[in-house]
Amino acid sequence: MDFINHQLFIKDINVHIDPILPKKTAIITHGHADHARFGHDHVIATRQTIDIMKIRYGDKCAKKFTPLRYGQKYSIKNYDFTLHPAGHILGSAQVLVEKNNHRLVITGDYKVGKDETCKNFKLVKCDTLITEATFGLPIFQHPDPKDEIQKLIRSVKINKNNCHIVGAYALGKAQRVMNLLRQQKYSETIYIHGSLEKLCQYYSKEKIDIGKFEKVSSKDKNFYEGKIIIAPPSALKDRWSRRFPNPIICMASGWMTVKQRAKQQGIELPLVISDHSDWNELLDTIKKSKAKNILITHGQEDALVYYCKKQNLVSKPLSIQGRSDEEIE
Amino acid sequence: MKKFSSLLQNLILTPSRNTKIKLLQDYFNKLDINRAYALAILSDQLSFQFIKASKLRELVYEQVDQHLFDYSYDYVGDLAETISLIWPTKKEGKSQNLSTLIENIKKIKKSEINTEFSKILSELSNNERWTLIKICTGGLRIGVSERLVKTALADLYNKSVNEIEEIWHGLEFPYENLFQWLKNETSKPKIDFKKLFHPMMLANPIDEEKDFKRLNANEFQAEYKWDGIRVQLMVSSNSVSLYSRTGDNISSAFPEIIETSKGDAVIDGELLVGGNFKPSGFNDLQQRLNRKKASKDLQKKFPVFIRAYDILFYKEKDLRKLPLVERRKYLEKFQKENTTNQIDLSTIINFSTWEELTKYKNNFYDDLNEGVMIKLKNSEYLPGRKKGYWYKWKKNPKLVDAILMYAQRGHGKRSSYYSDFTFGVWKENELVPIGKAYSGYTDKELLVLDKFIRNNTTNKFGPVREVKKEIILEVAFDDVFPSTRHKSGVAMRFPRIHRIRWDKPINEVLSIKEFKKEFKID
Repeated sequence: MDFINHQLFIKDINVHIDPILPKKTAIITHGHADHARFGHDHVIATRQTIDIMKIRYGDKCAKKFTPLRYGQKYSIKNYDFTLHPAGHILGSAQVLVEKNNHRLVITGDYKVGKDETCKNFKLVKCDTLITEATFGLPIFQHPDPKDEIQKLIRSVKINKNNCHIVGAYALGKAQRVMNLLRQQKYSETIYIHGSLEKLCQYYSKEKIDIGKFEKVSSKDKNFYEGKIIIAPPSALKDRWSRRFPNPIICMASGWMTVKQRAKQQGIELPLVISDHSDWNELLDTIKKSKAKNILITHGQEDALVYYCKKQNLVSKPLSIQGRSDEEIE
Repeated sequence: MKKFSSLLQNLILTPSRNTKIKLLQDYFNKLDINRAYALAILSDQLSFQFIKASKLRELVYEQVDQHLFDYSYDYVGDLAETISLIWPTKKEGKSQNLSTLIENIKKIKKSEINTEFSKILSELSNNERWTLIKICTGGLRIGVSERLVKTALADLYNKSVNEIEEIWHGLEFPYENLFQWLKNETSKPKIDFKKLFHPMMLANPIDEEKDFKRLNANEFQAEYKWDGIRVQLMVSSNSVSLYSRTGDNISSAFPEIIETSKGDAVIDGELLVGGNFKPSGFNDLQQRLNRKKASKDLQKKFPVFIRAYDILFYKEKDLRKLPLVERRKYLEKFQKENTTNQIDLSTIINFSTWEELTKYKNNFYDDLNEGVMIKLKNSEYLPGRKKGYWYKWKKNPKLVDAILMYAQRGHGKRSSYYSDFTFGVWKENELVPIGKAYSGYTDKELLVLDKFIRNNTTNKFGPVREVKKEIILEVAFDDVFPSTRHKSGVAMRFPRIHRIRWDKPINEVLSIKEFKKEFKID
């Protein structure tokens, strides 16, 4: 595993995984902005991740694209790469690198739980596992998302004169919330912030059931009473959200587990819906991967490193530049 | 319990005062058996003798790896929330009534606490568990003041909040007489006011620019503001008791006051340490605080006295509606009749212009007073911090530039932000910490500091992060004392971050030698 450094760079063949700065060859795990950036020479990713990058950054955001199907092999010298479903968002992938019988998996962001908006996580056995740790503390035990979405539906029923604005990341979380609402038989039109429109259209095109949606427009103020509006978290604090009648500010995120956190952000209805693995899922993945060497990135590494060491696994944190905890989509 | 814990959850997440009042009213309006318990909890009057924060930690360590708990607690910044989330067994038994649950907990024997209370915690949902632990540790910190609860009750039953305020401290669980009166079933509860702790009259800080232009100096008198602890002394022929500002009975810690006090009155004053009515500073007073008892030796070494500011009752007379100057006459009379070595009177400063008062504020008694109190001559004695009657005018704080060395995550509303800062000055080529502050900065400055700390950590010691030595903080503090407990040999009183000195290079920060010289510490 010495072939990869703490910046997820394979020097031998000049390949980066999820680099922050423009590079020659970049393997991209998924379309979130802290992983997928503009300006690489050659991007290798799933077709859906490439589509998403093009939607967000334009068709020319990289000079060359190589789409890979899940499981399709791509080799550079004696390195074999395959992508495997990560269950995080549409198109998200883990990267398996094989060299001289050593198997290295970079999970990217992943969740083990069920999600109708993307291909579900597939466990890949390996020797070295580089896992994320966004929710790497035992306090994070995500509840059933169906129960959380029911809270929203109940609140909409009770507070007929309010509109509910749900903060959700534009890519992935927004569409997941919409899909969860549909699973729970909410059939009204869902109103969306303009910045979500193209991505929602793309999800629909990819046959993900997010139901009927419409961009918020300058309709009569009272029109939005009793409606659900989905917006990126940044818009919640913005003037944008003040145009609505008696808004109840909601947020769909794993961070909402912590009440004080919700309060700090002015969230009145927290919905614990996460696209990352919780503590138990992280432990379970580490165990089932059979890896003896665990490297931990993204988030609350300390507790997970401690835990792995207690299980006699070799473990250390990787601090990847340009990403600090809690800014992760 | 389910209803009450969702009430608390909604209260904590609702920013609007009116919505909070409505939530409280909905709760108090519906539930009969539980509301007395709810009222006791919301006004922080319910606690369990054997279950405090330390016991809860003990219980959680039985269930969870200690390090994993500590990492989590550091992240969350709230004991109740950390325990409720990390608690491993979640059976979610049948939800119990708030009142039943509390009575059941009260019945637990001390020897069975660990098993019995753990069992209860395992049977609750996350939110209920959070609520129960909050009740145990006290101080809910849910953005609801006692005053807001009273306001909600008053509005619900068309009473004035001041009426509730007046009788509040004479009420006892389960508040039957209060609720009956609120519902107009009986007349207002009769309270023996003289035997009660009376919430103290507090001052607002003066706004030098606005207030001095607006206020007429002739209508005010001033007194020195002493840096002790505010107390209320209740003395009568058969009993003497001493209360702190929050209404805690602290009689047993100050036997010399209790033994020597004479007369029949309720006195408001400042408890100070020093012989012959000469206060010797807060550092000495600290030797007497937070103790249940005081040995003869301690009494001798750190003698205490009360500097009296005001009088609320004189014999049977309720003086609270009289103007301050009239009350002062009674206070002087009381003092003359009951002279002891433990009570003296606060001096009145007369002045005719605000400018004249400035010199008293800054110079008098050098370091032993904190500034002056400015009081409206005809003010009644009103509980709480009412505007327009009493003002405090503090001396300008002392200032020093120091280098940010370590940071730790904060608690409560600052949880998860790196908001506790340790700063230091030079000792030859090294830095030595001189203090720790967790207030004073603006929200914006906090975000900047938090970001700096996350991106510039050079070392971690458990929850403490050491940072690159680049940021200079201008620290304001009330005073500084020699200390044998700290490596630097100094201890600051009430340090807070005044501003960030972006302009200053770190080599211009004082050395500990220069620091001690400047603030006269040997």
